[in-house]
Amino acid sequence: MVKYNQEKCLYCGGCVSVCPVMALELMETYIKYDAKKCINCNSCVKICPVGAFMVEGR
Amino acid sequence: MENYDVIIVGCGPAGLRAAKVLAENKINVLALDKKQEIGVPVRCGEGLGLGWFKRLNLKPNSAWAVQPIKGAALYSPTGKKVEIRFEEVSGYILERRMFEKYLAREAALKGACIKVKHHVLDVKRKGSKVEVFGKYLGDEFKYSANIIIAADGVDSLTARRLGLNTTNKLVDIDSGFQYEMAGIDFEDPDLIHLYFGNEVAPRGYVWLFPKGDHEANVGVGIAGYREETAKYYLDKFISSRESLAKGSIIHINSGAVPVGGFLDNMVLDNLLVCGDAAHQVDPTHGGGIGLSMEAATIAAEVAVEAIKKVDYSQKFLSRYNKLWYEKRGNALKQRLKARIFMEQLTDDEFDAIADNLSGEDILKLAGGELSEKAKFMARLLIKKPSIAGKIAKSLR
Ligand SMILES: Cc1cc2nc3c(=O)[nH]c(=O)nc-3n(C[C@H](O)[C@H](O)[C@H](O)COP(=O)(O)OP(=O)(O)OC[C@H]3O[C@@H](n4cnc5c(N)ncnc54)[C@H](O)[C@@H]3O)c2cc1C
Ligand code: SF4
Ligand code: SF4
Repeated sequence: MVKYNQEKCLYCGGCVSVCPVMALELMETYIKYDAKKCINCNSCVKICPVGAFMVEGR
Repeated sequence: MENYDVIIVGCGPAGLRAAKVLAENKINVLALDKKQEIGVPVRCGEGLGLGWFKRLNLKPNSAWAVQPIKGAALYSPTGKKVEIRFEEVSGYILERRMFEKYLAREAALKGACIKVKHHVLDVKRKGSKVEVFGKYLGDEFKYSANIIIAADGVDSLTARRLGLNTTNKLVDIDSGFQYEMAGIDFEDPDLIHLYFGNEVAPRGYVWLFPKGDHEANVGVGIAGYREETAKYYLDKFISSRESLAKGSIIHINSGAVPVGGFLDNMVLDNLLVCGDAAHQVDPTHGGGIGLSMEAATIAAEVAVEAIKKVDYSQKFLSRYNKLWYEKRGNALKQRLKARIFMEQLTDDEFDAIADNLSGEDILKLAGGELSEKAKFMARLLIKKPSIAGKIAKSLR
């Protein structure tokens, strides 16, 4: 599972652009993450310029 | 329910330009943005070449074109500098929040209706139209339109909601991070400064775009799939340079830049996609302001025709694909090959290129002088045979 840290997020939408299953949406100043849709591909973790998405447990 | 000829989702450079063109043509157009202020937050280095001012019929205004630029200084991994300097101004660093406000005022003056804080949460086809659902300050809104222009940027979901997959692949996108810094020192505030190397910025570069003598946008773009973050690379770059490290950070922003996954198709029934949403960014340097506005102009012109002919079909709208590929698409695909070549270079090879290339050479190469290209390649290949294989690979 991926974990989103809103306090780190600069709301740039980068993660939304690579999420293959539309599990993410930029709500102006934070990311809405739908764990039910997420397929744990970790694309959001890689693209995030500041590391606001992390692989849980790592 | 209010009906419009065209609803534009997203009021960045692309959406605002489309709004203006449509309004000029007396089309009933609504442009929605989820942000509370046009132009903010910025996710951009704010550089725009002079050619774009001409192509887009923009007159530089000191309110938003804050720093005239006369060329570029490129730095190789070992710090060798290649300078390209023009006699005349060749571009500007913008203040984008002011620039986008200017674009919004222009569009509104022509009669476009712009609404901020309007978050489009869903779009659905109904009969021959599309319904747009969303929220404004907690209240639901619903509009309908014959045509939707998705200009909703890199985080676009509008086209995907209508069935066109615009998701970026990790290999085709860069991760970007930038500080606007004040109280720093650097040479030549009339040049942009670009720093290359696999340690500095794998696949991308660090840029320093001056805004006056002691202020600049200092940012980095790196391949999207890297383990370390873009922030990591920029912090490393700055902390190793006292002239920058001593300054203050007065603005932080980040973003992703689609640098190569061009969409062969950018239309469906009732839908046109443009700007970052359609990955219309130059793959070599990541600039998208000019391209997105040019594409938006074409998309809007096709929408005007479609409305005149009452034909919103994918077949009719695909004229936009054709016109864009004729004008830019194919040339950008060539530039993608150039980038793929560049990203395979080792730091050694990068330095060899810098050693063998003067600013004048670069100008001639960029101008497409074939004999110069051949001469340069010959010089380079003698010194660094390993580059030959990479050139061959990138041309495949
Ligand atoms: C770090 C970085 C540096 C860059 N540097 C440069 C540079 O120096 N020069 C250059 O030319 N380009 C640069 N670019 C690229 C440039 O910023 C983009 O190409 C350009 O902004 C694209 O314009 P756009 O109108 O397509 O999208 P955007 O400017 O992103 O606008 C999209 C708009 O859509 C809105 N939106 C999204 N979804 C919805 C929704 N559901 N409902 C309502 N509104 C919505 C957003 O709020 C946003 O305002 C850079 C990009 C980054 C990330
Ligand atoms: S990419 Fe990172 S900083 Fe940008 S919106 Fe997503 S989580 Fe936030
Ligand atoms: S891990 Fe993959 S599927 Fe899950 S939210 Fe991130 S990008 Fe989307």
